[in-house]
Amino acid sequence: MSTETAQVAEVKKPEEALLSKRRKKLVTDPLIDDNPITIQVLGICSALAVTTQLQPTLVMAISVIFVIVMANLTISLLRNTIPTRVRIIVQLAVVATLVTLVNEFLKAFAFDMYKELSVFVGLIITNCIVMGRLEAFALGNKPYDSILDGFGSALGYAWIILAVAFFRELLGSGSLFGVPIYDAISGLFGEDFNLATNGLMVSPVGAFIILGLIIWVQRTKTGYVEH
Amino acid sequence: MQQSNAYIITFSIILTVVLGLLLSGTSQVLGPLQKKAEELDTKKQILGAVLEPEKLSAMNPEEVLSFYENRIASKVVNIEGLEVENDADGNPIVAEKVNVAKNYKMAPENRLFPIFMYHADGNPEDVESYVFPVYGSGLWDEIWGYLALQTDLNTIEGVTFSHKGETPGLGARITNQGIQQRYQGKEIFDESGELQSVYMQKGEGRDYSSDKHKVDGLSGATITANGVNDMLKNYLNYYIAYMEKQKSAKTEIAALN
Repeated sequence: MSTETAQVAEVKKPEEALLSKRRKKLVTDPLIDDNPITIQVLGICSALAVTTQLQPTLVMAISVIFVIVMANLTISLLRNTIPTRVRIIVQLAVVATLVTLVNEFLKAFAFDMYKELSVFVGLIITNCIVMGRLEAFALGNKPYDSILDGFGSALGYAWIILAVAFFRELLGSGSLFGVPIYDAISGLFGEDFNLATNGLMVSPVGAFIILGLIIWVQRTKTGYVEH
Repeated sequence: MQQSNAYIITFSIILTVVLGLLLSGTSQVLGPLQKKAEELDTKKQILGAVLEPEKLSAMNPEEVLSFYENRIASKVVNIEGLEVENDADGNPIVAEKVNVAKNYKMAPENRLFPIFMYHADGNPEDVESYVFPVYGSGLWDEIWGYLALQTDLNTIEGVTFSHKGETPGLGARITNQGIQQRYQGKEIFDESGELQSVYMQKGEGRDYSSDKHKVDGLSGATITANGVNDMLKNYLNYYIAYMEKQKSAKTEIAALN
């Protein structure tokens, strides 16, 4: 029965280096070749929603890294005890708990960020990357490998949303991390010179365009084709 | 591997209890910190209506709290403009703790209306401006803000607006300083003393500096702008009784002098 085969049998291997080639691949693969956003096209929703400015995006990226790594670790530790028939619910419960923790911490220590990100922190629960890694990796692998895998996938997600946010904040608001770049550039050319910001970049449509361009550039370079 | 039902149920119960304890423990520990953060946020918004944004953002949390302590006095009035000091159980009411959103659900006659007075350092009698909380609905969700009036209770000193879920880049622009500055110096009463409020117009990019009751609109966010207009008009209306009392008290004092 396919639903009962989530636990992959482990092969006994000789002691492996802390960062062996295989383990490095776990982290580096999702950065480009198997990027969760540009190749697997997961987690698009939050990539569109939170990327108008770099600062909230950075907080979002850190939150996602924390949630994926911790969820991968927890599920991997529990992988031999989780009943296969309820494993999805167990995964969800763990992820939801972690996300709620992140939300509570943001509310206590970074209230402005909490207000800005509002529902999108809660929506990490439904971020397909998290559940995807749990199902595909953490359920069948050892804790340390699972941490590396989660970290890799989360970094792959993080750098893409940061790249999108970089262009959206620069072109849409003329600033980076809230520092006005356009004003400074305009100042160099005298008073009459004024760089106009692009309002389209502030709306979700701008994120689609930037994301599309990133995917295009990446696939041209790597020659990836969808099967 | 097929587990027995008993195993699955036990596993689920243990998991639920462990996760539940973890969550409730965290919220217990972080609760007071979160309350403080919320309080600071409210005070910042109130001060935002009367202070320059640069000045406010330069302050650290302790400075904000002590500045607030020294410069803001508050009271709570009802729809008739009479001060309310105790609630139904006789407990004192604190203006900062009055939840405007919750009051919004009640009939206006039963609502409590907090008022914050920005006064000279150490002298609550020497009021420089009055700050009135306002609350309403935008396009997607609630919007709220604080409107500061000068001592003539007519000229707008400043406003701050916040929102829960307006469209980023469109309606969400009401939190923008440039847009809030459009309200400065506008007047809420006309020459005959009728409440006119201030209306954000449809479309953007026109000059309304000659009109005391109009400000430039938000392109692409007319519904949010209408929400702001309704919010201001409604709440100014609720505060009218208080303003009238305040004004007549002032003329009396002037007459005595």
